[in-house]
Amino acid sequence: MAGNASGNVIVKIDHVEKIYQGRAGNVTALNGVDLEIKENEFVSVVGPSGCGKSTLLNIIAGLEEPTGGKVYVKGKEVVGTGKERGVIFQQYALFPWLTVKKNVKFGLKLQGIQEPKLSEIAEKYIHLVGLEEFSESYPKELSGGMKQRVAIARAYAVNPQILLMDEPFGALDAQTRTQLQTELLNTWEQERKTCFFITHDVEEAIILAQKVVIMSARPGRVKEIIPVNIPYPRTQETKMTKEFLDLKVKIWGLVYREFLEVRK
Amino acid sequence: MKKKRTIDKRVWSLISLVMCLIIWQLISISSAGAVFASPERTLMAFISMAQDGTIWVHIGYSLFRVLAGFALGLIAAIPVAFLMGWYKIAQYLLEPVVQFVRTIPPIAYIPLVIVALGVDESSKVMVIFIATFLVMVITIYQGVKSVDSTLVKAAKVLGAGDKDIFFHVVVPASFPFVLTAIRLGLSAGLTTLIASELTGASKGLGTMIQEASMYFRMDVVIMGIVVIGIIGLLLNKIVHLLERWLTGWQETHQAT
Ligand SMILES: Nc1ncnc2c1ncn2[C@@H]1O[C@H](COP(=O)(O)OP(=O)(O)OP(=O)(O)O)[C@@H](O)[C@H]1O
Ligand SMILES: [Mg+2]
Repeated sequence: MAGNASGNVIVKIDHVEKIYQGRAGNVTALNGVDLEIKENEFVSVVGPSGCGKSTLLNIIAGLEEPTGGKVYVKGKEVVGTGKERGVIFQQYALFPWLTVKKNVKFGLKLQGIQEPKLSEIAEKYIHLVGLEEFSESYPKELSGGMKQRVAIARAYAVNPQILLMDEPFGALDAQTRTQLQTELLNTWEQERKTCFFITHDVEEAIILAQKVVIMSARPGRVKEIIPVNIPYPRTQETKMTKEFLDLKVKIWGLVYREFLEVRK
Repeated sequence: MKKKRTIDKRVWSLISLVMCLIIWQLISISSAGAVFASPERTLMAFISMAQDGTIWVHIGYSLFRVLAGFALGLIAAIPVAFLMGWYKIAQYLLEPVVQFVRTIPPIAYIPLVIVALGVDESSKVMVIFIATFLVMVITIYQGVKSVDSTLVKAAKVLGAGDKDIFFHVVVPASFPFVLTAIRLGLSAGLTTLIASELTGASKGLGTMIQEASMYFRMDVVIMGIVVIGIIGLLLNKIVHLLERWLTGWQETHQAT
């Protein structure tokens, strides 16, 4: 399956601008970002640190408001959070006082889902991330990779159509990271949820996505969108193909130029 | 290589206790012995007062005052602290007052409370209430303020409204601080208790110590001090067990 699938636009980012008012003056984090994400599409976002990637994700999630422009999800303007948008954070953000199972149930309960359906859904997603044995464990008893798996299960459980991920694997070691990439790829191929995935890792951006969005140094805007026309299913071996390596060199070059912008 | 023998923590506590007793004994047979009653005489004082029942009356009065004042303090501190942490207006209005009164040592306002309420139980409970309330309100309030904002965000994206965030994120996240507040509150209560009993009461450990010192019954004075110490230790132990039982999910365990 190729990258440029011609689905419906599910997220439309229209001239989004974000200016933070700080003590040391104003910071323009985003300066007119335009982007369209299609249904079932996997989009990666890369860009130098501080270019506004997290800000953009928070605005799409409805956790922050843009100071200019608008975001539309399925044609409706975003106001606040919504259950069709799930978020996975770099810091896992598990509730430490709840067991794995109760963490996964958290969003379901808020939707008013009752037992036994509640446990049924929770168990299904705990199984999906392979943590059945740890359902009754507290987050402190889990490794970083396991914690992020729980966060993924928790986000999936409420069945959002769009998953927003802010460097979800950024705090993990290389091995756990590739493992979770593979798992995410498999899940995406099964469930085909729209994914918006922020990362610092160019390889990770390419292996997962159908298109890679490169953001410019602050103030952030979309600098270039590179389609990844490598068919799925992709595996870790895909990273060795010429197609992949060519893309990697190209995208890395673009990101590096922005990185130099920041240093200036 | 020899296998290192590990000694149980309890054995160490016992050794430490014996060491203190020896030092105490040594002091009592030195020239300071006129003031420092020996461990043996202190124990005898305890036994005789335990037999005629007077010590239990003193302990009973003191414990009642501490626990009543503390309980009222906790009941008031929890809602006030959460209000301050949750509503900016409550924070702006109450924080300066709390911070100001907190810096005043309870001894300074004890006479005022006694004039206002008389020398009976209510004035002592009141003083302990004020002191424990202030310590606990500040501690719980800091807990509410320090709730991890990522957790709040995570709850929001899972569909939580303000009420859900308050009851399902802020309250459980601040719970460890409530327990710390209880510990600090109890110890503040004990300190204040003795101060309030010294300024007039007919029963209570503070009064007992005060009266005994007037008759130069140093064995009773020291016994009273030790009993207060033991009560403090026991209360602390209970809170520690509560902490272990209720907040075992915490990433790091505070040492006690
Ligand atoms: N709450 C805030 N108040 C003021 N300035 C902020 C705030 N949040 C972000 N910024 C500023 O906005 C800019 C973009 O921040 P953002 O976190 O979106 O960057 P990022 O691309 O996610 O960076 P990184 O790759 O390091 O995570 C930064 O310069 C940052 O200092
Ligand atoms: Mg970021």
